[in-house]
Amino acid sequence: MNIILNGNNKSLQKPSSILDLLKSLELMPETVVVELNTTIIQPNSYDATQFAEGDRVEIIRFVGGG
Amino acid sequence: MLCIAGTEFRSRLFLGTGKFSSSTVMAKAIEASDCQMITVALRRVDLENPDDDIMKALSQREYTFLPNTSGARNADEAIRLAHIARAASGSSWLKLEVTPDPRTLLPDPVETLFATEKLVKDGFIVLPYMNADPILALKLQDAGAAAVMPLGSPIGTNQGVLTDFQVAIIIEQARVPVVVDAGIGAPSHAAYAMEMGADAVLVNTAISVAGDPVAMAAAFAKAVEAGRTAYIAGMGQKSKHASASSPESGQLSSDLGFLA
Repeated sequence: MNIILNGNNKSLQKPSSILDLLKSLELMPETVVVELNTTIIQPNSYDATQFAEGDRVEIIRFVGGG
Repeated sequence: MLCIAGTEFRSRLFLGTGKFSSSTVMAKAIEASDCQMITVALRRVDLENPDDDIMKALSQREYTFLPNTSGARNADEAIRLAHIARAASGSSWLKLEVTPDPRTLLPDPVETLFATEKLVKDGFIVLPYMNADPILALKLQDAGAAAVMPLGSPIGTNQGVLTDFQVAIIIEQARVPVVVDAGIGAPSHAAYAMEMGADAVLVNTAISVAGDPVAMAAAFAKAVEAGRTAYIAGMGQKSKHASASSPESGQLSSDLGFLA
């Protein structure tokens, strides 16, 4: 299955949830915000939310800025 | 004490966190500045460096975080970023920034006003970054902005408060705090804004790119405090004509006239 992750194509080998993806990317869930097709997903739904073909996923966090 | 949206701030210096050489230097500069309000931006996670997390260096308990919507080119993008910011920070503070032109980074007044109206209705504490336009400042405060943030000069230019004539009118008319933001390049610029009666200043580049950012942060803290104290003390009026500082009566010249 293919998704678009932060603007780039990414293939997932098996059905995956948001939590699976964050684990595979070695990202601590509490340090990021996840948007799925422009909707913010609440952290308590990361485990239950499975990706579908073509999903647009954005993983965002704070960086330095003025 | 400065009060924005019911929160009190002892320090009138707000600090941006961009362009520091490292998180360690940033954290030390923030400490030296004694600031209580810190701006941060939102970006896609660098998936090659998942450990690169600015929040590790900062404690959210000690500071009020003011996420910005930098990168947004219109109201829709800013509103989307605002909701992401709230999800990330767990708070409603927001520096609204809509800059359609990457060359000037000047704020779009129409989109900024529209986004302010929408975000205030959505429960955000909105501090809009704006051009130093007194009419726009009134419209933004009428729309529910918690403070207004007129620019001194374009972002990152270190040019100082080139907009002082308009900023003075904004300060005179404001019912919400006025935070002079952008372009403040030296402690003297910050002191100048505070002497004019600004409620606070937001500084980033001048500190983060300084030879010694930690020392510069301390210098800015002193300047902001000096400027504020001078404003409260009440500054003398400017005059075209000289006015003697020493008494004009009892001068020796009359008694020693024979010397003339």
